[in-house]
Amino acid sequence: MGSNDFAKLPHIGESVLRKEDERFLTGTGQYTDDVQLQNLSYTVFVRSPHAHAHIKSINKQHALAAPGVLAVYDGADVAADKINGLPCGWLITNTDGTPMNEPPHPILAQGKVRYVGDHVAMVIAESLQEARNAAELVEVDYDVLPAVADVRDAMKPTAPLIHDQAAKNHCYKWSIGDQAAVDEAFKSAAHITKIDLTNNRLVPNAMEPRAAIGCYNRAADEYTLYVSNQNPHVERLLMTAFVMGLPEHKVRVIAPDVGGGFGSKIYLYAEDVCVTWAAKKLNRNVKWVADRNEAFLSDAHGRDHVTHAEMATDKDGKFLAFKVHTDANLGAYLSTFSTAIPTILYATLLAGQYTTPQVYVEVDAWFTNTAPVDAYRGAGRPEATYLLERIVSRVGWELGLTQDEIRRRNFVTNFPYQTPVALQYDTGDFMQLMNKSQELADVAGFAARRAQSEKKGLLRGIGYSSYIEACGLAPSNLAGALGARAGLFECGEVRVHPTGSVTVFTGSHSHGQGHETTFAQVVAARLGIPVENVDIVHGDTGRVPFGMGTYGSRSISVGGAAIMRAIDKIEAKAKKIAAHLMEASDSDIDFNNGEFSVRGTDKKIPFAQIALTAYVPHNYPLDKLEPGLNETAFYDPTNFTFPAGTYICEVEINPQTGETRVDRFTAVDDFGTIINPMIVEGQVHGGIAQGIGQALMENCVYDRETGQLLTGSFMDYTMPRADDLPNFKLGYVCTPCTTNPLGTKGCGEAGAIGSPPAVINAVLDALAPLGVKDIDMPASPHRVWEAIQSARV
Amino acid sequence: MYDFTFERAQSVDQAAAKAAAGAQLLAGGQTLLASMKQRLTQPDTLVDLAHIAGLSGIKQEGSHFVIGAMTRHQEVANHTGILQHIPGLAHLAGGIGDKQVRAMGTLGGSLANNDPSACYPSAVLALGATIHTNTRTIAADDYFLGLYSTALEPGEMITAVSFPVPKKSAYAKFKQPASRYALVGVFVAQTDHGVRVAITGAGNGVFRHAELEKALSASFTPEAVAHIKIDDSELSADLHASAAYRASLIITQTQRAVQAALGH
Repeated sequence: MGSNDFAKLPHIGESVLRKEDERFLTGTGQYTDDVQLQNLSYTVFVRSPHAHAHIKSINKQHALAAPGVLAVYDGADVAADKINGLPCGWLITNTDGTPMNEPPHPILAQGKVRYVGDHVAMVIAESLQEARNAAELVEVDYDVLPAVADVRDAMKPTAPLIHDQAAKNHCYKWSIGDQAAVDEAFKSAAHITKIDLTNNRLVPNAMEPRAAIGCYNRAADEYTLYVSNQNPHVERLLMTAFVMGLPEHKVRVIAPDVGGGFGSKIYLYAEDVCVTWAAKKLNRNVKWVADRNEAFLSDAHGRDHVTHAEMATDKDGKFLAFKVHTDANLGAYLSTFSTAIPTILYATLLAGQYTTPQVYVEVDAWFTNTAPVDAYRGAGRPEATYLLERIVSRVGWELGLTQDEIRRRNFVTNFPYQTPVALQYDTGDFMQLMNKSQELADVAGFAARRAQSEKKGLLRGIGYSSYIEACGLAPSNLAGALGARAGLFECGEVRVHPTGSVTVFTGSHSHGQGHETTFAQVVAARLGIPVENVDIVHGDTGRVPFGMGTYGSRSISVGGAAIMRAIDKIEAKAKKIAAHLMEASDSDIDFNNGEFSVRGTDKKIPFAQIALTAYVPHNYPLDKLEPGLNETAFYDPTNFTFPAGTYICEVEINPQTGETRVDRFTAVDDFGTIINPMIVEGQVHGGIAQGIGQALMENCVYDRETGQLLTGSFMDYTMPRADDLPNFKLGYVCTPCTTNPLGTKGCGEAGAIGSPPAVINAVLDALAPLGVKDIDMPASPHRVWEAIQSARV
Repeated sequence: MYDFTFERAQSVDQAAAKAAAGAQLLAGGQTLLASMKQRLTQPDTLVDLAHIAGLSGIKQEGSHFVIGAMTRHQEVANHTGILQHIPGLAHLAGGIGDKQVRAMGTLGGSLANNDPSACYPSAVLALGATIHTNTRTIAADDYFLGLYSTALEPGEMITAVSFPVPKKSAYAKFKQPASRYALVGVFVAQTDHGVRVAITGAGNGVFRHAELEKALSASFTPEAVAHIKIDDSELSADLHASAAYRASLIITQTQRAVQAALGH
């Protein structure tokens, strides 16, 4: 089925209310901490209070003697049991052809701690309270070392060395693009625009903190891990094959209801392995639930880039070449996909929506004494978009062109389009996105609104951002060539029950995205049955055949496509059954609106009857066809998908105080086919909230000298709240993706990717009359005020 | 949270006696319980004041409003008498924390804790309120001794606060973006004896500002303070604001408070 036919089916484009919301809203969701098991014990991790220190000794005696304590394990126990460190899932190759530095990432510290919150020991007790009390009795004698928290310090010759296996704290130097061609283009440029910026470090802050329960069944020699995670099969693969050396079929990973992830729950974390390992050692179920402090300290953080970039243009503002150098902070250890974020998922997006013929990007990645940094909603693409859209607006300002004009002069208009940084965009309509966004944002009325603001003593600015992202991760062969150590296909199983209802088992994982509804719509549309007759099962390696999970806005385009493939098989088999029942040839059977019919006749049979026949095969071609109606398909995409959009933001700033209010925010996106507009709208809203959060509020700060986390709670880390945000105006353009059967492109990250530069460009536009030319995120009132003061000097 | 003993006091004398013996008094608990959960405080005994008769409620006594120590923020925010006569105080109470905090947090608890970023101390100081304890009365000017420090003696317990009705009053809080405590909060009160200005959030504890008071006593207008330069040498500096920024905000927030007091 082609995507055009698919989009016309019933239920596609319908805002079906979310099936999962009833249990979430009535408190009957089942999160990891809600899982009740017999024989349960509780663990608390002893974490390093220092950013960098040698462990001279660990005295467990007092903790072991405390009431209720079952065990205290430390790095020595891990080493004795030969449990490996956590693997990195993506190998980056240096520009000189050597592999990146990949120091060990032990699940409990081996002689040294490398960030505040690093895992030193685990205390297991009969109750959580007893475990907490005993954890305070574990005496760790540290020899504190100098620490480095800022990526700009990590590269200094005097910086303390974090890993023996990573000289100069360097992980890799990687590049993409034709450096010589870029240099050549710069020579003939009429104008060069330069920018230096940082992409601020963020703490993910999912509503549900991480949690894990390790279980071991001695009779079957089987492990079960309940874990708040976005991709249980990947978690299982990494844990069994790389860390614990267990056979995969003896380990079941269940990710039940998960309260948000934003990327931070993709990874295999030390705690997940620890509880699984300890469960067998103690023959007890071992539960760990992070508190919010632990989440701040030990969840993988996001972003943290420092970048210098230059754009060469001709006299008319046509981009000739773009060169970029980025220093990326990877934290103290390599988290699961950390290495791919500032490279593959970042640099390949730096052509953006533009025809820039040459792009060269060089990335140095560094270790620091901070929590590991990995994918966070957008993962590399927000960093790319922020850089590109900041410099594009700056080019315009320097050349006296409006923010929309500089973009229009450079938009890609012919598809497919091969960028100079590896990607090939299959389709899009960037001009229409710009036009529609300007219309919806009432750009024509901006001058009048600015005059109104001025009357109140306020500054108003408008900011643009035209983003493109690569979603639908990913063609496995391409990913493999780029260093991925896993495939990136997806799996779907469609089980038609004898009565015609359907259970779908998907390798995608919903942790807020609403798959249980959207995927059910897809199946209901294809099979012509009611949405409520379709249940979606996900998040359990014991029930779902296989899966690569949910991240990178891939679920509908890859997971949904796998389900489509499985339905193709169901349909093909059902047609054979129908042909038999109606005594016709397979090729004369049509299937529409849930009915099989013989072309050119009035014979028809409903889907449910075929299902029943498949399971009660009395009148059935048993010599040619197996009974049953249950099909599994794996889908490996042939290309990424390319959601794109133009976002327009208006801010109002009080120059006395620096208070910055987002007054209007317009987002026009091209997500290709939209299955459930309400869910898409929710995804965009959440993404924009996070993007505005990054632009104006959120900032993870470590003390540059000591490596202590200064923003370790919501008292100091500013989360965006409803009253910080205006009502968003959303619009859509639809150019269906040409490489998957649904025509979908993905919508989960767009808001977070597109919005930060729109906000900052608006802030700079507002402050331009005062002479402010630059500001870093987050543009907090304090920062805006300081920028104004500095410009006055 | 560590284990502790929970007791419920039936009278002020009983509570004060327990406090004198080392127990921790529990008023609204909106700061205390959070820090206990984080194991930052570890009281052996917690004495709940919620069931002591007469500690809660608002009464008008002549030209004063007397507010019981256990009166919740929400009650102060919604009290018609306070709204009419000391609107700055009602507005302040209605802006503390969130709904849940305002439903539990109390005036006495806030004053006994004396967080340098808390809102209430600025109203008490600017309005020249009197703090009643189980043993004596303390003038606001003598009560606040800086960072989490007050004139309360061990075993001494706030029972009520009496607020004289000012001619005009208003509070303007500039929120710390993350916690939404006062980054700088300014309470202005115009009284028969001149204008009093109390500032919270900006330093080691709430303080009055003589120069602002003098300027506003001469002319109760936002313009009157526009050219005052606030000395920032004693002001706090942290992640969210430099001392210079706080100094600048003191002027802006004073102007906003005056404007609000004037009904603009």
